[in-house]
Amino acid sequence: MIDNLFTAGGVCGILILSIPAHAYSIYVSNEKDNTLSVIDSENLEVVETIEIGQRPRGLTLSDDNNLLYVCTSDDNHVEVLDLDSHKVVNTLPSGPDPELMALGPDGKLLYIANEDDNLVTVVDLETNSMTTQIPVGIEPEGMGVSPDGKWLVNTSETTNMAHFINLENLEVEHNVLVDTRPRVAQFSPDGSEVWVSAEIGGTISVINVDTKEITTKIKFEVAGLQPEEIQPVGLKFSASGERVFAALGPSSRVAVIDAVNYEVIKYLLVGQRVWNLDFSPDGKYVFTTNGISNDVSVIDTEKLRVIKSIKVGRLPWGIVVRP
Amino acid sequence: MQIYKQLPGLILKRKVCRGIQAACMLCLLTLPVNAQESEPLQIRIAMISLDEKPHLPLSLIDLPVNDPAVPGAQMAVKENNQTGTFTGQVFDFNHYLVSEDYPVEALAQQLIADGVSLLVADLPIKELLTLADSVDDKGLLFNVRAQDDELRNQQCRRNLLHLTPSRAMKTDALVQYLVWKRWQDWMVIVGRHPQDQAYLTALERSAKRFNGKIREVKPWTFDAGSRRTDSGHVLAQQQVPVATRGQDHQVLVVADEADEFGEYLIYRTDSPRPVAGTQGLIATSWHRSHEQWGGTQLQRRFFKQSGRDMKPRDYAAWMAVRAIGEATTKVNTADHDQIRQFLFSSEFKLAAFKGLALTFRSWNGQLRQPILVVGPRMLVSVSPQDKFLHQFSTLDTLGYDQPESGCQAFNQ
Repeated sequence: MIDNLFTAGGVCGILILSIPAHAYSIYVSNEKDNTLSVIDSENLEVVETIEIGQRPRGLTLSDDNNLLYVCTSDDNHVEVLDLDSHKVVNTLPSGPDPELMALGPDGKLLYIANEDDNLVTVVDLETNSMTTQIPVGIEPEGMGVSPDGKWLVNTSETTNMAHFINLENLEVEHNVLVDTRPRVAQFSPDGSEVWVSAEIGGTISVINVDTKEITTKIKFEVAGLQPEEIQPVGLKFSASGERVFAALGPSSRVAVIDAVNYEVIKYLLVGQRVWNLDFSPDGKYVFTTNGISNDVSVIDTEKLRVIKSIKVGRLPWGIVVRP
Repeated sequence: MQIYKQLPGLILKRKVCRGIQAACMLCLLTLPVNAQESEPLQIRIAMISLDEKPHLPLSLIDLPVNDPAVPGAQMAVKENNQTGTFTGQVFDFNHYLVSEDYPVEALAQQLIADGVSLLVADLPIKELLTLADSVDDKGLLFNVRAQDDELRNQQCRRNLLHLTPSRAMKTDALVQYLVWKRWQDWMVIVGRHPQDQAYLTALERSAKRFNGKIREVKPWTFDAGSRRTDSGHVLAQQQVPVATRGQDHQVLVVADEADEFGEYLIYRTDSPRPVAGTQGLIATSWHRSHEQWGGTQLQRRFFKQSGRDMKPRDYAAWMAVRAIGEATTKVNTADHDQIRQFLFSSEFKLAAFKGLALTFRSWNGQLRQPILVVGPRMLVSVSPQDKFLHQFSTLDTLGYDQPESGCQAFNQ
């Protein structure tokens, strides 16, 4: 019930948020508005709205956290935003319709999924040029780099696979069949597992990185919701690797998963059509983008409660927290 | 390479996408753990269409489609083959074009004798039922064209799955939207063809279900005539106000599946009323204006391949072959019985750019699917609408639900 009140955007005034000493910023891409909303951690309010290219979706921070890479899908490139001046300082070639990307281990290479061309594009960030394109399955989407920098896992939405790309020779070496319409791939902090969400399949597949086999499939069930409404998309590990927060799309829920025994601890009601999420640097909060209700929900990760919703632009999609 | 006998009155259109060659792009990639190192599993699909003259749309803006449905199936075959390179499966696809007087039974027997048991049927109801009955339990058919409600009721067949939505699903989708808008009072103008009458019947059922009111039904009595005429607008401007004069109503609903006059009604009605039905605001499984839920990719991919926009029949054929691919990936066999069993299991979930998993109704083989409600140039809404509830799946508020279905063949 409490959750309900806050998602409705109602009574937030009485809340006193204990905000950590280190201030940070939250960047949200608004797919419909062609803008980024900047939320300040002090008051958890939008402090700036930045104009950007068309249909901004995936967001990735540079290694030093000074630059933000933005997939501007309808412009068919990636825009580079300087986070001190909030100005676009560069555009990167990306191949058509870039959606999600991942930064290489040393921060020098950016890997971008091109949905239209069944390719993963590799961009050298020192020369700002495209170096390689790797053919993968149909409609590449999710991108995850292993902590040791050995593997890039890309998901293909229509082929229903997780492709393991060896980052030394840039070749696809393993393909793992997952459930229908895989979206996001995330490595556990220790690099032993990669978790892949399947939007239409309604599951998360846990893949053992050594054997490349699915060890567990996590399923979801929410009382009062029809199963097809539960569509896992964005997911993030806590720094310790003990918990995973998974955004469940049109069910407007975030599942909190115990990553040790693969059980859902709690479903949190957030805004409508929750797509992606990210942790605060201290791990105390998770922020989610809710596409249809045009807001960001703030989750207290200790109490497992939604404590605030912040109005942003239209169709918020991607989210990153800059320490 | 399989050689098919040429039958009189039958055109073997072309052989497309023989597995490995078609799936070239990924050939260099290694196979996954579950792939067959030896012979790949061959899955053979035949598509059967009628050799007809292409329909000339009334609006000159719409280009005639010379190759309905086939490119949709071809694209899905390519996609299946791409996945097949990882799973050790090869999809073989042949398209058969039959002339209207050709005995469909003969083709059915030929295909079964050749060991082809997965059939994509782009056929009207009569030929479709003949094919289904000749194939009997030796094959599985995927209907990508016939919308007839009787195929989902008394005339259902156990070996026949419907990818295309029924008329009732489409009128339910449209009516839900009109009722949601509280535009509940209608006048209906109905054309002279049996399918126009069938649309009216479906509309009457939907009106009863969702509390719409048909104030008056009027026939369109003017001759259809040719689509290109000098000064044709003068005639239409005179005829339409006469045809649409009558009881007060909020929406003019047109039943003109044959596409002979519906387009004339818009902006010419006696009272200033929106037009919906088979023209104006329509309910359809697919439309160029739809790009939600990743639809952009399917639209672009199809245009790149075919040089035209994807139409509902292409979409249904694409879904049919994708459904086969989804099944064979999981059951790893070309056996149509096992494929059928999988398609009706809770494991089967088709991703078809509609925002949720599509599944088959266990009582009549109809694919559950959201239906687009679109104007001539833009997507307006997607049904089922909010607040139309159902105890199992809101998608079952569209079309014949289990308790009202007259289909018996699926009870066995």
